Amino acid sequence: MSAVPLQTPASGPLDLERVRADFPILSEVQVHGKPLVYLDNAASSQMPRPVIDRLVRYQTREHANIHRGVHYLSAVATDAYEAARGTVRRFLNAREDREIVFTSNVTDAINLVAHGYGRAFLGAGDEIVITHMEHHANIVPWQMLCEEKGAKLRVAPIDDAGEVVMEEYEKLFNPRTKLVSVTHVSNALGTVNPVKEMIAIARHHGVPIMIDGAQAVQHMPVDVQALDCDFYAFTGHKLFGPTGVGVLYGKAALLEKMRPFRGGGDMILSVTFEKTTYNTIPFKFEAGTPPIAQAIALAAAIDYVKEIGLDRIAAHERELLRYATESLQAIPGVRIIGTAREKASVLSFYVGDVHPHDVGTLLNDDGIAVRTGHHCAQPVMQRYGIPATARASFAFYNTLAEVDKLAASVRWVQKLFG
Amino acid sequence: MDSSQLYQEIILDHNKKPRNWGKVADCTHKSEGLNPLCGDHIWVTLKLADGAIDAIAFEGQSCAICKASASMMTAAVKGRKVDEVETLVQEFRDMTTGKLDVAGGAHHLGRLTVFAGVKDLPVRVKCAILPWHTLHAALTQEAVASTEGDNDPIAAG
Ligand SMILES: Cc1ncc(COP(=O)(O)O)c(C=O)c1O
Repeated sequence: MSAVPLQTPASGPLDLERVRADFPILSEVQVHGKPLVYLDNAASSQMPRPVIDRLVRYQTREHANIHRGVHYLSAVATDAYEAARGTVRRFLNAREDREIVFTSNVTDAINLVAHGYGRAFLGAGDEIVITHMEHHANIVPWQMLCEEKGAKLRVAPIDDAGEVVMEEYEKLFNPRTKLVSVTHVSNALGTVNPVKEMIAIARHHGVPIMIDGAQAVQHMPVDVQALDCDFYAFTGHKLFGPTGVGVLYGKAALLEKMRPFRGGGDMILSVTFEKTTYNTIPFKFEAGTPPIAQAIALAAAIDYVKEIGLDRIAAHERELLRYATESLQAIPGVRIIGTAREKASVLSFYVGDVHPHDVGTLLNDDGIAVRTGHHCAQPVMQRYGIPATARASFAFYNTLAEVDKLAASVRWVQKLFG
Repeated sequence: MDSSQLYQEIILDHNKKPRNWGKVADCTHKSEGLNPLCGDHIWVTLKLADGAIDAIAFEGQSCAICKASASMMTAAVKGRKVDEVETLVQEFRDMTTGKLDVAGGAHHLGRLTVFAGVKDLPVRVKCAILPWHTLHAALTQEAVASTEGDNDPIAAG
């Protein structure tokens, strides 16, 4: 396993200067001659030097195809790739390595479950439960499945603050309910859902439940055994790793009875024209050459995050969220969308009646990167009767000084629009 | 370029007080324009008489660039003949995609040249062009215009 150089001491508050020095892009990029203020971490986060170095080391010294060759490099690459699986398993506290499937992103992981579990075990009249705050990635695959099977999508409502109405969620369960898939943290609102409770309710009704952890794993420790969910998915590029790799955790018993998603090499034990025998899990779901370099770099990202410490990350991000919320709320006319009691460091807002795209374009003049749009969560926008929001999303390398820049820039936009 | 150069007085003014806002009740042509990327959504209604635009109006929900573009468009095309309007549509599209240099070449854009700067903001080009697409669609009787697919100003290159 790769040791990540220790850049920060293991305890005490974050040494922000040293942390920021780990992320080359934060100092190398200037926008309009101004330092980059990167507040679009919920869309994709940046990569620290140890992860970049791991990618480079893999490509310069370790690359070959895996599980296929008897030669030296193939063994090195296979070992590193399987070690990465182990790193992910420990990160999620799964029981076994074979419960970790590498996918290409979280979208791919959800589609895998929709196909491998949904298409195999759902039928006409069956119901799938999601919430009103899902990312399109956790809506569309289920809609496609419903369309094919004549099943029905049931949506748990959210209240004005952006919290799931738990009584309504629970009321959705009935004997036809066959699958639940909910997000751990909302990318548009920042809401941290009470997934433990939601899982317990699903469990009580004997329904398998999937958690979309795309916006959660970078902010808080996740223990899939403590949660007792059936599936948990996340995506590498939001966890300071590369694009092109995602993870599906699934309980072994479920993965075993599921259909393979894609057919091809690596996912088989033997092939004749008469009959193909599928490989064991997780390989059954990893057809073709997987994102080897990306999975290995993702493991380095996990090591990095662990070095920094998710508790320290959470503490600093809480401070960023609190300060940003206060700073923006202090500006007359600014409305914050998503005011749940439990929030990750994601702040959606509306500036007077200025369209979020104008806000985003103008903030960019100050070097500030925020996301504007519907955040692939159009039902959320419809819920609040707005077409879009501007969204600042913070990572542990963001600073309070950057929040000040954001607030100053928002004030300027408001003045410009008078 | 700094985008604040684009958000000039005139654009901010049209955004705040859009001209020809609403619907032409006895319209002969209408179309709906949608930019799925940012959610701009507008409707253009117009009345043709003797081959010219007798009345035109727009409404919808959009960013300032789109709204100001629509507002100034309606003001610019009112009273013009259809072929003149189509020329303007083409020129506006060429200007915002960088194919027409408004300082050099001959054109009929007049004050619409305040949108020339949008060519340096590729993600906002669609916002500026949407009203013009929608107008074109109305004149050619397409029901819905979109900035995606065939009408993509960037892909259509
Ligand atoms: C909650 C949530 N789910 C799913 C996704 C999709 O992630 P990816 O595009 O990496 O598959 C995102 C990313 O935007 C997200 O925020």
